[in-house]
Amino acid sequence: MNLKRPGILAAIAAATLALAACGSDNTSNAPSDSGSAAKPTIDCKTGSLTAQGSTAQGNAMDEWIKAYGQACSGASINYKGTGSGAGIQAFTANTADFAGSDSALKAGDEQTKADARCTGGKAINLPMVIGPIAVAYNLDGVKNLQLKPATLAKIFAGTVKTWDDAAIKADNPSASLPSTPITAVHRSDSSGTTENFTKYLKATAPTDWTTDASKDWKAAGGQGAAKSDGVAAAVKQTAGAIGYVEYSFVQVNSLNAAKIQNGAGEYVALDDKSAAKAVAGAQVGGTGDDLSLKIDYATKEAGAYPIVLVTYEIVCSKGTPADKLPLLKSFLGFVASKDGQAKLSQFGYAPLPDTLQTKVTASINNMA
Amino acid sequence: MSQQSLTTTPAGAQGAGGGGALPRGSRLGAEKLFRGLATAAGSTVLVIIVAIAAFLIVQAVPALRADSENFFTFQSWFANDDPPKFGIAAIAFGTVLTSALALIMAVPVALGIALCLTHYAHRRVASTLGFFIDLLAAVPSVVFGLWGRDYFRGPVGDFSKFLHDHFGWIPLFGGGGPYGNSILLGSIVLAIMVLPIVTSLSREVFAQTPAQNEEAALALGATKWEMIRTAVLPYGKPGIIASVMLGLGRALGETIALALTLGAVYNVSFDLLGTGGNTIAANIALKFAEANPTGRSALIASGLVLFAITLVVNMTARAIVYRRREFVGGAA
Repeated sequence: MNLKRPGILAAIAAATLALAACGSDNTSNAPSDSGSAAKPTIDCKTGSLTAQGSTAQGNAMDEWIKAYGQACSGASINYKGTGSGAGIQAFTANTADFAGSDSALKAGDEQTKADARCTGGKAINLPMVIGPIAVAYNLDGVKNLQLKPATLAKIFAGTVKTWDDAAIKADNPSASLPSTPITAVHRSDSSGTTENFTKYLKATAPTDWTTDASKDWKAAGGQGAAKSDGVAAAVKQTAGAIGYVEYSFVQVNSLNAAKIQNGAGEYVALDDKSAAKAVAGAQVGGTGDDLSLKIDYATKEAGAYPIVLVTYEIVCSKGTPADKLPLLKSFLGFVASKDGQAKLSQFGYAPLPDTLQTKVTASINNMA
Repeated sequence: MSQQSLTTTPAGAQGAGGGGALPRGSRLGAEKLFRGLATAAGSTVLVIIVAIAAFLIVQAVPALRADSENFFTFQSWFANDDPPKFGIAAIAFGTVLTSALALIMAVPVALGIALCLTHYAHRRVASTLGFFIDLLAAVPSVVFGLWGRDYFRGPVGDFSKFLHDHFGWIPLFGGGGPYGNSILLGSIVLAIMVLPIVTSLSREVFAQTPAQNEEAALALGATKWEMIRTAVLPYGKPGIIASVMLGLGRALGETIALALTLGAVYNVSFDLLGTGGNTIAANIALKFAEANPTGRSALIASGLVLFAITLVVNMTARAIVYRRREFVGGAA
């Protein structure tokens, strides 16, 4: 909800500009919407697409669909943020033309069932939206909190209970830390964000983080809050709270985000560039056009922020109905393009790194 | 004149003996049709209930078969795992506990409001106040949830700290901080949501107390409070029970407000202040979107349990109302 605010502000700004322009003798067409003024070159197609899935990429999809609609008429695209699980189910049941998912299709039953839908091909994962996960905290007087993965794991596992704990002090030698008790806030709903965050903890701090990585929070203790919005609200309201949320929620709620130490030993602040660097270092785990990624959470890439969530579009490599295929390729082609990806940063997402972007575009072109 | 017109009614009606005309063929058909429609409407309820129960059972069985823990005693909910591990114990307990607490808080206040509106307040004040109560019932539950989460959590947290500091020796208030989403917060929000339902219904019941009963009590020298105790409350008892049960129904099924204000912790604990609490309905809302097929089936199994709990509660209420029926002479 809150994410719509930049849009409203932009609209107000645009309206103000337009009003100001009225006063003078303007001959040019008012550049009312500077965002779409430089129209991306889209190979427009018509038809309709329905898709659903991950809520984490919902805002990105809304933005892309809007941009595509502005550039091309006669296309109706619908994306519902129902959750990754629901998206995959709908894709498998042939009620969605593509699905958005926070994790690649799991080998086995999930992949086989999805493949069955794609006549003559298989279901493939295209990484499309990179959502950095921020570690947001609320601690008076501490602006530049730095955390090692092990410290982060200890905080969320409940073994570090106060902010002046020796482990946190060791990471922040120059900060004056209060003795406030730590309230670690986690998602109470099942979510890909929790899955990726716990995967990160499990990979980088296996001795301090002993519970399994999963969509459901499995560690004991801490406080649960519903959805990213709830976690952000709880962190904002509670002195001494710390929680993990998508980057956009930090921006919208003006929370502080901790710097996280990566595999190279440097503490990196979160922004779209540092997050993209982590993905650039990721390996492609899929074969052929399938581009599911293996993220190296202990990345040694300089300046890389290690906690990232990659959300995928799940499509058929072959077997998309002929009346849907041209529009699907055209839309995803736009989404994966530089123009499409450039729209993301204002919403707290990071654009795909160049090498990956080339691969995704190639995979889309191969769809039949 | 009128008598004359009566005697000149058609001969066919004379055999009816009672003044009413015997329905002719076509009207008899209408009678049957209406009877049929009404019966159909009545049986629709049964059909829907049976259909829901059948749906829940059919959908729940696969998950119950796959569950690697005891469904009734296990306290966590990891239904998406392989093998799935989930149990109803914690969330069923949380459902009953939050609903019971909400009723304990809401019912006395609601009855007080209802009595005030019917017997104490000035007529104009009463109608205005009644209007606001009804308005409260129309507020969507997500609004209550967001309000509880964003504005009410702070004060309740402070109150929790106060309770813990002064009454910490009572196990209910034993939970030390930090205070955030807790059973206390959830059940207070729930109590506010239940309040208008209980109030509206019991107000109607109290307003129907026969004037003779009240006047008789007053004539025997009862004070106003004694009159309410001896005439109004006994008369309204079945109505009060019915209103409480309706409120309980809402409390048991409440979803989003509790998903936002409870701590979503899966354990059986009477600690009201610390992070905790979860209910069946809230758990379904939180887990459904990302659930895999087994996970969905498991959530439906939990829905079946909620269905059963509600059924038992309603039947108990029916039984109570039925038993007291003769005492108040058919007021139920």
